[in-house]
Amino acid sequence: MVEQTIGKSVQRKEDLRFITGKGRYTDDINLPGQAYAVFVRSAVAHAKIKSIDSSEAESFPGVRAVLTGGQVADDGLGSLPCGWMLHSKDGSEMKQPPHPVMAADKVRYVGEPLAMVIAETRKIAKDAAELVAVDYEELPATAMVNQAQEGAQIHAEAPHNICYEWELGDQEATEAAIASAAHVTRYSLVNNRLIPNAMEPRAALADYNPGSDELTLYTTSQNPHLARLILTAFVQLAPEHKLRIIAPDVGGGFGSKIFVYSEETALAWAAKKLGMAIKWTAERSESFLADAHGRDHVTEAELALDGTGHFLALRVKTTANMGAYLSTFASAVPTYLYGTLLAGQYKTPNIYVEVDAVFTNTAPVDAYRGAGRPEATYVLERIVNLAAVELNIDPVELRRRNLIQPGDFPYQTPVALEYDTGDYEASLNKALERAGYADFSSRQEEARSRGKLRGIGVSCYIEACGLAPSRMAGSLGAGVGLWESGEVRVNPTGSVTVLTGTHSHGQGHETTFAQLVASKFGISVDDVEVVHGDTGKLDFGLGTYGSRSLAVGGSALSKAADKVIEKGYKIAAHLLETERDKIDFDDGEFRVRDSNQSKTFQEIAFAAYVPHDYPSEELEPGLSEKAFYDPVNFTYPAGTHICEVEIDPETGKVEVVRFTVVDDFGTIINPMIVEGQVHGGVAQGLGQALLENCVYDEAGQLQTGSYMDYAMPRADDLPAFSVDTTVTPCTHNPVGAKGCGEAGTIGSPPAVINAITQALGIRDISMPATPEKVWRALGAGRAHV
Amino acid sequence: MSKTHVTTSINASLHEFLCEPGDTLLDVLRNELQLTGTKEGCGTGDCGACSVTLNGRLVCACLVLAVEVEGMEVGTIEGIGQSDSLDVIQEKFLEHAALQCGICTPGLIVSTKALLDENPDPTEAEARYYLAGNLCRCTGYDKIIRAVMDAAATLGGAKEGV
Ligand code: FES
Ligand code: FES
Repeated sequence: MVEQTIGKSVQRKEDLRFITGKGRYTDDINLPGQAYAVFVRSAVAHAKIKSIDSSEAESFPGVRAVLTGGQVADDGLGSLPCGWMLHSKDGSEMKQPPHPVMAADKVRYVGEPLAMVIAETRKIAKDAAELVAVDYEELPATAMVNQAQEGAQIHAEAPHNICYEWELGDQEATEAAIASAAHVTRYSLVNNRLIPNAMEPRAALADYNPGSDELTLYTTSQNPHLARLILTAFVQLAPEHKLRIIAPDVGGGFGSKIFVYSEETALAWAAKKLGMAIKWTAERSESFLADAHGRDHVTEAELALDGTGHFLALRVKTTANMGAYLSTFASAVPTYLYGTLLAGQYKTPNIYVEVDAVFTNTAPVDAYRGAGRPEATYVLERIVNLAAVELNIDPVELRRRNLIQPGDFPYQTPVALEYDTGDYEASLNKALERAGYADFSSRQEEARSRGKLRGIGVSCYIEACGLAPSRMAGSLGAGVGLWESGEVRVNPTGSVTVLTGTHSHGQGHETTFAQLVASKFGISVDDVEVVHGDTGKLDFGLGTYGSRSLAVGGSALSKAADKVIEKGYKIAAHLLETERDKIDFDDGEFRVRDSNQSKTFQEIAFAAYVPHDYPSEELEPGLSEKAFYDPVNFTYPAGTHICEVEIDPETGKVEVVRFTVVDDFGTIINPMIVEGQVHGGVAQGLGQALLENCVYDEAGQLQTGSYMDYAMPRADDLPAFSVDTTVTPCTHNPVGAKGCGEAGTIGSPPAVINAITQALGIRDISMPATPEKVWRALGAGRAHV
Repeated sequence: MSKTHVTTSINASLHEFLCEPGDTLLDVLRNELQLTGTKEGCGTGDCGACSVTLNGRLVCACLVLAVEVEGMEVGTIEGIGQSDSLDVIQEKFLEHAALQCGICTPGLIVSTKALLDENPDPTEAEARYYLAGNLCRCTGYDKIIRAVMDAAATLGGAKEGV
């Protein structure tokens, strides 16, 4: 009997290649004779392109070609589409101005690609790119999200730079509840703009085979099939059957590698046009300038409470920055992934949210780990905390009074979602205990005796994961259904190849999915190989984002494995000369009930491929099955984060001394991998709360374009994390899993700010709470004493 | 442009290559010698993905000119241990799942080795400070630090036994 591994911390199968330097990332791949591309990018935020003179670059020794946005337009390439159609309050469609592959007439953000130089070496291409002379007629720039509606118009299609004005919820009931409430807490906030910064910069290698007209694109993508669909159906780069996209090992994504970008599109187009292999790898400065950024909201919120501290209504008004163009999923992020989450874990009867999405002369903004849900959680968990302070109720107690209780499920929120299951108080209680919440005051005393300020902050989050029930997504404007596919191929010797339409770029799918399938068949994890990231190997898939891979992709594999087992029964029945219903499958063996006759899974596999005596009319040879899984609902991971900080009043430096998380992710397959996902997510949340900030100046120049200006969390900035779980299995998918990839980033920022404001005895401090801001806040506090 | 001939030892084997004056050690390792285990995360000395040793000292290969390594000893991830001969640090990274996407991992393993060579018994705070030059966006460092401390303990234990 093979040991079963569901729920066990199996070592990650993928790691051996990474720890020995044998990972194969896009930039590690080279093709004979490949040329190198370097992009010429706009130096200004907003301008008409009067002319581009590339003659000097073209005659530079070693340069193969200089291609411009004008040539892209001449070749009839389509615009890069946004996959989610939103409608404004008045029913009108969102404004979706063309997003050219390379700018031809006008540039709209610093770093926008407008030409590419292709040369024998990267160095030559880089030197020659400096020689491309662009004559700009500069226009006033609109760089700030809160000034967008008054600023210079960026797209002819979008007056006042408004992309859409969206709403959700019952405005009238919400306003009435606020008007008559015993108490209303008001809060204005900025959710700081972030730059995702996967440690592997984006890269691509395009290869064209003129003999077969086939185009192969290696690229750093979280969803190669979706990229192929967009590049063929919308951009019309090539017929779909002539384009193969391979996303090999990918060095982190966090959302930023979901999108179809200009660079890989232009590269594939150029490879075909010039009939050669071409490679491009972003320099880090290009990642800062031209990867899609995240967050960037300005919000006003009001929370109404009755005299006993029960929430009556929440009203939220947000302006969300889209950047200069609508990136692939941009429109959905501050709406369906944000407004729908504003109920959080609470029974707030009335919620109304309005979101104005605006264009600015900055890099496009799209999904970044959490995507909309961290912004929603920040609004809610900060305003709830403020209400507790204003009403002099313990913040935990106030939350407790309003939590949705286990008996309330399924729970319909006033903002469209129906939560299937959960036990929020259980994770809250467990987190409080783990964090030593009850003894906080003694630690605070002790810190005070050392001249340090301590604070503790709580945040209870919920998220909607497992994108997405296709019909629901479609009715909300999604361009594609968001099911997932999987294929389970049993090889003749009984080893198994699993193909999934999701993509792993750090999540450990090669292990988790192997555990899932191995447990179904009663075989060893080592006998299961997970294949992903190649459109040439699996027909279709929607990729990895929104913590969907196990809940949706894993469910597809579970279904496919069930089909394999079903066929196995039939083969076994034939071989054992009995009926299918008389056979049980368990521990990797098909056994005839009440007899000692049996066949192993391996024997069945072998028989399926080398049938001598086989009822081929009823039963086809082979043992390979595909399945699709379309979720019936979102999944709802939830939990509690508790942050304890210690602040040095002399320097304003915040040290996170304890960080406790208790999550409910439903069924967990590999706790070690899940814990790692939480750690990484929390690190990014702490980065947002304490360190990271993307800043543009008024002229639209990026001020934080390097690691010297954009502070990333480093090993000495972060604490050890205390992580645990509670479990209520998802009720509607076969795995019971809810998703765990984003929770850490969603729950953590408000916990940190709640802790800091408590330590300082102040109402608010904006993210990131840098030492300078904290020190100034202390000064301001002192001045008022 | 005329190329310079460089002779150097990489992972204890002799290598010769031609390079241009502006080529970095990282360029040559990755593109000339196909030693792609060393990664580029920034090219500016800020992320540590390109960590290698030069005569035993930890450096960023993106900040070293290839011509500088003439006659020196370069150590890269490929010299630390292969799948059938893992170093203790690699074993501990595996055991603790101290990696996710893996792109920062070679640099972190090289840096950890340098740390433990210099300071075989670091405190957790010392380990965090020493490794602060290596950015990892995936793990939040917790499991990396666990792996490093465990490797230090294991190596220390081995030493005592000698
Ligand atoms: S690539 Fe050398 S430090 Fe980042
Ligand atoms: S494992 Fe991905 S950056 Fe460290």
